[in-house]
Amino acid sequence: MTRLRDFIRENSRNPNAIAYAAMGIAALTLPGIAQFATGGNADYLVSLAADGGVFVLLAIGLNVVVGFAGLLDLGYAAFFAIGSYTYGMLASQQLIGSPIHHALHVPFWIALVLGTFIAAGAGALLGAPTLRLRGDYLAIVTLGFGEIVPRFFRNMKDWTSGVNGISALDIPTLPYWITGPWANTELAIEQNFRFTSFNATAWYVLIIILVVASVIGVNNLYGSRLGRAWMAVREDETAAAAMGVNTVNTKLLAFAIGASFSGFAGAFYGAKLSLVSPDSFGFIVSITILSMVVLGGMGNIPGAMVGALLLYWVLYKFLPDAPQQVAALADNLGFHGLNTVTPNWPGIAEFVSRLKFILFGLILVSIMLLRPQGLLPSRLRTQELKRGVHDEPVVTT
Amino acid sequence: MIGALARTPATLRNFGNTQFATLAGLFVVAVAVVLTIQHVLQHDPGYFFQILTIGIADGSIYALIALGYTMVYGIIELINFAHGDVFTLGAFISLALFPVFGIAEGGNGLGYVIPLLAVAVITMGLVAMINVTIERIAYRPLRHAPRLAPLITAIGMSSILEGAMYLWKGPFNLHYPDLLPATRLNISGVSIGAKDLIVLSFAIVLVVAFTLFINLSKLGKAMRATAQDRDAAQLMGIDINRTIAATFFIGAVLAGAGGIIYGLYINNVAFDLGFITGLFAFTAAVFGGIGNIPGAAIGGLLIGIIAAFNNGYFDSAWTEIVIFGILIATLVFRPTGLLGMRVPEK
Repeated sequence: MTRLRDFIRENSRNPNAIAYAAMGIAALTLPGIAQFATGGNADYLVSLAADGGVFVLLAIGLNVVVGFAGLLDLGYAAFFAIGSYTYGMLASQQLIGSPIHHALHVPFWIALVLGTFIAAGAGALLGAPTLRLRGDYLAIVTLGFGEIVPRFFRNMKDWTSGVNGISALDIPTLPYWITGPWANTELAIEQNFRFTSFNATAWYVLIIILVVASVIGVNNLYGSRLGRAWMAVREDETAAAAMGVNTVNTKLLAFAIGASFSGFAGAFYGAKLSLVSPDSFGFIVSITILSMVVLGGMGNIPGAMVGALLLYWVLYKFLPDAPQQVAALADNLGFHGLNTVTPNWPGIAEFVSRLKFILFGLILVSIMLLRPQGLLPSRLRTQELKRGVHDEPVVTT
Repeated sequence: MIGALARTPATLRNFGNTQFATLAGLFVVAVAVVLTIQHVLQHDPGYFFQILTIGIADGSIYALIALGYTMVYGIIELINFAHGDVFTLGAFISLALFPVFGIAEGGNGLGYVIPLLAVAVITMGLVAMINVTIERIAYRPLRHAPRLAPLITAIGMSSILEGAMYLWKGPFNLHYPDLLPATRLNISGVSIGAKDLIVLSFAIVLVVAFTLFINLSKLGKAMRATAQDRDAAQLMGIDINRTIAATFFIGAVLAGAGGIIYGLYINNVAFDLGFITGLFAFTAAVFGGIGNIPGAAIGGLLIGIIAAFNNGYFDSAWTEIVIFGILIATLVFRPTGLLGMRVPEK
């Protein structure tokens, strides 16, 4: 008991520990609270939260590349696309129409691993010729790669059905699964469980497990020899090389490991949505993930996670809901004129929904101007920013 | 001993620059050229010249935008993502100004020259002031921040500009009045649209005027000095902030002009046009050698021609992939670009 009290006392002033604890409690209680608050119709909310978990995974992965190793990646969504398409092609009827005329149905759990390795391979493949470039140049190459990959998938019509994307992906199954009040059913063990879109809570539990595993893995990497090598390369590549760090391998591994997270996040996302389409992986997705990492605090794992959750909520819940709410508010306040559509006025709901680009831009600009170190910065980096240890830019070179 | 160790990464970094990589790059270029020639020979020569003029006209628009990218990159090493949207803003503002000056489609042709020039001047001025304001709000406070910071505000500003245009006109494709003459000139058997010639000559005038300005004027000299070494330039009494603001001003003037020319040439604009056009122009700047002004102009023309050939002879769905492939290949095989001057690793 005293040990627990000491543990709490030690960590009660550590913002990272508080963030982990808050996220853990929120993750555990969310399905229950959502069921209670919506009177048993929480599927939509829980499913939304599971999608948010995908972005948390992506932010954790990008944080390895940008935050730890200091390699600016503007095309991260490409690896996400590669992970999704891996599952889409390997686990559906899709390949019947392709030149090999034979559908593959790889089980989800194997495809998850395959997606991870294929994305990591793509990361290494992109990294190998380009890693000798530094800073902005590397950013531009990744940007180009991020633009090419979704278009490539769109154009390879024989393999990926082009703009329509791949639909009706296989439903992951497990021999046993526990359901209970959190999913609005009786406590029971189900056999031959299928992860259909009706089982939002199952997807949610799965993504929580993936996120927890990723956090543990990345935390270990952070303190490992490789993690320290990443940070050494980030701070001063020449000095790191002089200390015996193999900079090329270190950076390649950062790219590959960072990409691997979006690989299995992509496989999960494709399986959950049961649809993979080339439009879901554009530049805006890469930028959103990067903003999540920067907003949360680059180089800090709980920071990236908090940033991902916050920005995800703003972009996928707050902004989409805002038009209806503002329209209802205008009605309640008696400003019915605002809701009438005229040739010069699209109606307040449409007006608010058109504000989304401006709001996103304002968020990005104001974070950078007001709190460039992020909401939950890594301690090391805060000190660098405050004391200005380096007169050279810390991040990209 | 430490010196020898410190040199190792340099040799490692250069492994992509080996002769093998260069040969592989040349091989790819050769295959592309042979394939193109083969396709060109399958069609009649008139078609070839038609494609070429479209490419040159498009390319001159890319060149105008690329100049802004390359200047800003040269002077503060920032990829100004908002630049493409400044270009679209030029098209949008001029579109709104046409009714004010009584310009409408199908009116008297030559009588529109003076109002059109007035619209162009006002648009370029407005767009330039907006770009200077963007620099003042979003980039100047971050001049000593880590480099990622202004890059993200640039993306944010791009989103704000697109959002403003979206709010203004909605998500639709807007028709831009077709004011240029539709006649085609017959020059020794080759038919060339008057439209293409007008676009090209405008772009040439602007690029030449701009190059003269950079090379001859005092402000241009200050810009070049600031691009080379900001601190030294400051010690020589150059007002850095004013010079950088002037760079953004001039870049936006060219982009605004590009927006008007694009509108007149393509007759169709949309709020998110600046994204892909901006990326193409940026590719042009990198292709020509970023920070290099004639390089940007030539890069723009080449990118326009390559895009037009790909659209005309191959599959237009692959054009963007080809262009971004060129972007990556340039940086991998020849990071200094075709005419590059700047050292890639700084």
